[in-house]
Amino acid sequence: MKREPPQSIADYGPLFFPAGMLLVFFVVPFGTMIAVSFFQRQEGGFYTPAFVFSNYERFLSAFFGGVLGFSLMLAITVAVCCVVLGLPFTYLLSRLPRRLQVIWLVALLSVLSLSEVIIGFAWSTLLSRTAGLSNLLVAIGILGQPVALFPSFGAVLTGMVYQALPYTILVLYPAIVRLDPTLMEAARTLGSSPIRAFFNVLVPALRNTIMATLIMVFIFALGSYLLPQILGRPQHWTLSVLITDQAIYQSNMPFAAAMAVFLVLVTLGLVGLTLLIGRKGEKA
Amino acid sequence: MSGLVLNNVTKQFGAFTAVENVHLSVPHGTFVCLLGPSGCGKTTLLRMIAGLEDPSNGAILLDGADITGVPTHKRNLGMVFQSLALFPHLSVGENIAYPLRIRGAPREDQKKRVDELLALIHLPGYGDRPVSKLSGGQRQRVAIARALALSPRLFLLDEPLSALDAKLREAMQVELRQLQQKLGITTIVVTHDQREAMTMADTVVVMNGGHIRQAAPPIEIYRKPADTFVADFIGSTNLLDMQADGSGAATIFGHRVKGLNLPDGSQKATISVRPEDVHLTAPGNGAIDGTVTFVRDLGGTIETFVEAGGKQIIAVSTPRERPDVVAGQTVGISLSPDVCVVLKQ
Repeated sequence: MKREPPQSIADYGPLFFPAGMLLVFFVVPFGTMIAVSFFQRQEGGFYTPAFVFSNYERFLSAFFGGVLGFSLMLAITVAVCCVVLGLPFTYLLSRLPRRLQVIWLVALLSVLSLSEVIIGFAWSTLLSRTAGLSNLLVAIGILGQPVALFPSFGAVLTGMVYQALPYTILVLYPAIVRLDPTLMEAARTLGSSPIRAFFNVLVPALRNTIMATLIMVFIFALGSYLLPQILGRPQHWTLSVLITDQAIYQSNMPFAAAMAVFLVLVTLGLVGLTLLIGRKGEKA
Repeated sequence: MSGLVLNNVTKQFGAFTAVENVHLSVPHGTFVCLLGPSGCGKTTLLRMIAGLEDPSNGAILLDGADITGVPTHKRNLGMVFQSLALFPHLSVGENIAYPLRIRGAPREDQKKRVDELLALIHLPGYGDRPVSKLSGGQRQRVAIARALALSPRLFLLDEPLSALDAKLREAMQVELRQLQQKLGITTIVVTHDQREAMTMADTVVVMNGGHIRQAAPPIEIYRKPADTFVADFIGSTNLLDMQADGSGAATIFGHRVKGLNLPDGSQKATISVRPEDVHLTAPGNGAIDGTVTFVRDLGGTIETFVEAGGKQIIAVSTPRERPDVVAGQTVGISLSPDVCVVLKQ
């Protein structure tokens, strides 16, 4: 069924409320932030309206560049790990009996109800020397003595993947369930082992979904602020941590705003690039 | 023996038995249709042959070798699914080349084979098109070409034509049969459409309730059904009860019928008479008498509904042999013994 395009202003009526909300609570604050990023900072925590680029200039240093690079790398790694773990998991989940699927999905949803703080401290306990998982490895004789697995990059990654995996699975699940199950069977009758069929039928057929999931988890992970501080060392802190530090503890609003704007621009650029590559790949 | 042999194959899903103790042998190069109502186990049987389901019991042999435990991808078969299952991310040519690519065939060989197959299915030059741009019939052919790409030992089709409209379906039935004869490939088709089965098959296997009721050439299935289910399921038929009278002679509705005998040792049986074999005569001249209740004149054929002994009997005739009867008239029904099939009850 093809819908008619809106004829009069009244036809746009249903859009007014969401558009208004978006304007008041998103566009206006973001505009304020962009404006503040060009303001002049005053010693003592204040800023005066101006139009200076000093905040952005300060950002162009090896230190902040390094932090930005690390933040992007961490977010990409989390996104890739989530999809690599989530895709086979969700596929196997979709082949379970209906009742078991529901149990798994409820368990995954319950992870979403945990706050980031709880996830962070739970993993810091699990990875600690005194009470952590390494004690189990000692008990079964793999390790000689318990070790502390945090703070480390691995610990940050583990915590963030744990936090983002339920989202990943919930995004992948409907697409995988909707996929015609006979596609995989057809691949098998044509001589593909189940594992090969997974890679050369399921993954390409779900290409757009996988792309969308990667982008979603990437953006989700880019805003991570608490877990790198709980589970990582200072060199594992993300740009979000530095932004908070500047905004709250250093009282340098203009600089924090400039970093935030820059992060948004880089994110948009990367997402755009991904979509562009995805579209080109589809044509080829 | 060369060909496919199913030996005592059974499949259970929990407490439900989908296929029970099936024996079937399909000689090399024959075209077999598994025919039956939905839920009769025909698709499950095909999926077991393909290795997509494991039999609970029994063995499947191909050219003398037991393939019961062999995984699907090592069975060297081609299968066309009801949904066709064409890969949406690949073009027509890439879909057909998929099994060749999996086996690492050189690129030139892949291209040559794809061109060959596109010519075979009357779609030359379609290789670069996306699958989504094809019509239903074209997709059907591409699915067939892909299944045949490796010249498989077995060609399996699960309700392959059910998505097509009636006219195209009829044309594809003929085309599929001609293709099979040209390639001489052992083919098994699952269908619920008896017309499809009659058109294509060397052997029709009628299934019901997980059992094979009869496996025979189409004409034999039609002319000599093995039981009342087959007689009723294939085409339309009149099933009449036959009983022994005091002297042991066969009677229908209390009338003796000359030339018909009950099966040895039984007092009751059912006879099946095809509507085109029922002839109407003057009252008293036939085996039994009945009253005409309705005449349906379809132009090409005329169906006369006659009530006799509380049962409705249908007679079909051509306009040339038009029975000159009207509703309410009493007529004689002649049942010649050579067209009546006596079935055990």
